Amino acid sequence: MSNEKQSWGTRIGLILAMAGNAVGLGNFLRFPVQAVNNGGGTFIIPYLVCFFLMGIPLLWIEWSTGRFGGRNGNHCTPFILDNMGKKRLWKYIGVFGIFTNIAVAAYYTYIESWTLSYVLHSLKQSFSGLNQFEVANLFGSYVDLNTSTLGIPFEPLLMYIFCLAINVYILSKGLEGGVEKVAKIGMPLLIAFGIFLAVRGMTLGTQGAPAGCQDCDAFLGLDFLWKPDFSNLWDAKVWLAAAGQIFFTLSVGMGTIHCYAAYVKPKQDVALNAMAAGWMNGFVEIVLGASIVIPIAVGYLGLDWVKENASFSMAFQTMPYLFGKWGAALATASGFMWFGLLFFAGITSSLAMGTPWMGFMQDEFGYSIKKSAITFGIVTLIMGLPTVLFFKEGVFDQYDYWAGTVVLVVFALAESILFGWIFGIDKGWDEINAGADITLPKIYKPILKYITPTMLLIIFVGSLVLPQNNDWEKAFKEEWVFDESNSIIGQITNSDIKHNRDWFSTTYEAPIGGIVTQVIPGEEGILPVILIGESPKGPLISLDQLKTIETKKQVELHNVEDIIEVKPGQVIEAGFPIASGWHLNPIFYRGFARFMLLALFGYLSYLVHLAHKKRKLSL
Amino acid sequence: MSTSAILTMVLTQVFVTGVTGYFFYKVLKSPNKEEE
Repeated sequence: MSNEKQSWGTRIGLILAMAGNAVGLGNFLRFPVQAVNNGGGTFIIPYLVCFFLMGIPLLWIEWSTGRFGGRNGNHCTPFILDNMGKKRLWKYIGVFGIFTNIAVAAYYTYIESWTLSYVLHSLKQSFSGLNQFEVANLFGSYVDLNTSTLGIPFEPLLMYIFCLAINVYILSKGLEGGVEKVAKIGMPLLIAFGIFLAVRGMTLGTQGAPAGCQDCDAFLGLDFLWKPDFSNLWDAKVWLAAAGQIFFTLSVGMGTIHCYAAYVKPKQDVALNAMAAGWMNGFVEIVLGASIVIPIAVGYLGLDWVKENASFSMAFQTMPYLFGKWGAALATASGFMWFGLLFFAGITSSLAMGTPWMGFMQDEFGYSIKKSAITFGIVTLIMGLPTVLFFKEGVFDQYDYWAGTVVLVVFALAESILFGWIFGIDKGWDEINAGADITLPKIYKPILKYITPTMLLIIFVGSLVLPQNNDWEKAFKEEWVFDESNSIIGQITNSDIKHNRDWFSTTYEAPIGGIVTQVIPGEEGILPVILIGESPKGPLISLDQLKTIETKKQVELHNVEDIIEVKPGQVIEAGFPIASGWHLNPIFYRGFARFMLLALFGYLSYLVHLAHKKRKLSL
Repeated sequence: MSTSAILTMVLTQVFVTGVTGYFFYKVLKSPNKEEE
C-alpha cells in the first residue's frame, strides 16, 4: 500500500466535495426539462417521494459502506464489496465502481471542455450580433474537428486534453490539497452565479418579449413549470421519470460516494453528512436549476417554442443568444457566470470520478498520489478520444447510455441487495448509526431492506422493456412495443437501425422511402449529398415541381468517391441502394464504443484479479 | 402566474431551502468526534 495516507481536512470540505460530486449539469438542464415533460408542479410530488424512499437510503448505504471499507483499508468498491459480501463475485461486481467513473469521466470531461470554451467565447463576446440559428450553429462548428471557433487548431481535441490535464493536476494534489480546495471555492461560486441567474429568471417577466410574441413571458414559464396537473400523478411514466431523476442527480450507483466516504475518519458521522450533501444537491436543483433555463427561454422565445425544444442542448445552443438580449456588459457577465457555473458543476463531479481509480491504485499497487493521478489521465484519455473524434457518429451517446445510465442502475440494485440482505440489515443499520449526529427514523430500516431494492428493480425492468413513446398505459392495455432507441433490449439489438446494418458495406441503403429531389455529387472537400422528399400522389412530376417538394431527409454520404445510383425524380423505398462505394456505417461506431467499454471492464477486472492474488500472497 | 403555481413553487422552494439550511446548521453545531 502507498505510504501517503489521505483524509479530508474539514467536515464542511467533505460535504461540499460530496455535494459537488452530485451537482452536475443535470441539476440545471435535466431537472427542469423532466418537470416540464412530466406534469409541471405535480412532478415534485413523485420526485420528493422517490428522494425519501430511494435517494436518501442509497446515500446512507453508500456513505456507510464507504466508511466501512475505509476502516479496513479499502478505498474503492471492489474490495469494499468483497469485505462485505465474502464471495468472490462481489469484488467483480465492485469493478463497476471504478469502470463507471472512468467511462463517464471520459465523456463528461468533454462536456466540461465545452463549458470552458464557452466561458472564453462569452468573454470574447463571440455571440454578439449573432441570430438564434447562428448561435446554435456555433456549437456544431465547435465539435467539428476541422473548424476552429477560438482560433485554436483541433480546438475540441486540445480543449478536451487541457480540461483533462486540469483534472489530473488537481487530483495529483491529493484530497485535502486538491479536490477539497476546489470544492470549497467552486461550490460557493456556483451557488452565487446560480442565485444571480435565478433572480434574473424569476424577475424577467415580459421585459424581453419581442413585439408580437404573445406567449413570451418568463412568468408563463414558471407557471408551466410549477402549475400542478394532478391528472398526471398516477401515470407510471411520471414516477419512472422522477425515480430516474433522483437516481442520476445524486450520483448514486457509481462508486464515487463509496470512495469519498472511505476517507472519512472511522468515528466520524455519515448519516448527517449524507443528508447535508444530498439536500444541498436538491437545493441547487429545485431552487436554482428550476429558475434559470425555462423562465429565461420562455421570456424571449415563448412557451410554445420551449414546449417543443426543451432539451439539454439549450445550455449551449440557446442560452448565449438569450443573454445577448441583455446588452453587451450583462451578456458577457451572464455568459461567464452561466458557463462558469456549469464548469464548476462539471469539474467537481469529474474530480470525484478520478478518486476511485486513484484509491484502487494506491491501495493495491502502492502508487503515489501523483502517479495514480497521471495514470487516471492516461486511461481516461484513451477512453475519451473516441468520444471527441467520433462525437457526431454517436460514440459519446453510447458511453452515456451504457456507462452513464444502465450500469448505474445495475450497480445500485446490486449494492442495495448486498447491504440489506447479504451484509445484513441489522449490521447495515448499525453501520449507518455509528457516530451519527442525527437520530434516524426507524421506518428507514424496512425501507432500506425492501422498498429501495424494489424501486431499483422496477427502474431496471422498466428500462429493459421500455415501451414506445414511454406510453405505459397503452403497453399494459393494448400491445407492448419496445422503444427501439431507448429500451435496453432495443439498444442491444440495434433495432432502431433498420438499414445499413453491416459494419462495412459496398452499397449505401436509403434510410427512408420517398422521391429523390436532388443529387449533389462529391468533389474535393465536399461529400456527396442526396435529398429525399415526400413522394407525390400523382404518377409523374417535372423537374420544376421537384424543387418545390420539401426535403424529408438529407443523406450525406461518407466518401467523396461514392457513386450515386439514383436520379432526381426517382421514387425509392427505404433500404433501396442509393450509392455504391466503400462504407463504414454508423452501426460500426456503436460496436466500437461498446467494444471500448467492454475492454475497459475487462482490463479493470484483470487488475482486480491481480490485486486479489497479490493480497493472497502477502497473507 | 396562477395561484396554484405560485403556491407550489413557494412552498417547495421554502421547504427545500429550509431543510438544507437545517442540516447545515446541524453539521456546524455538531462537534467533530476525531477532535474531541
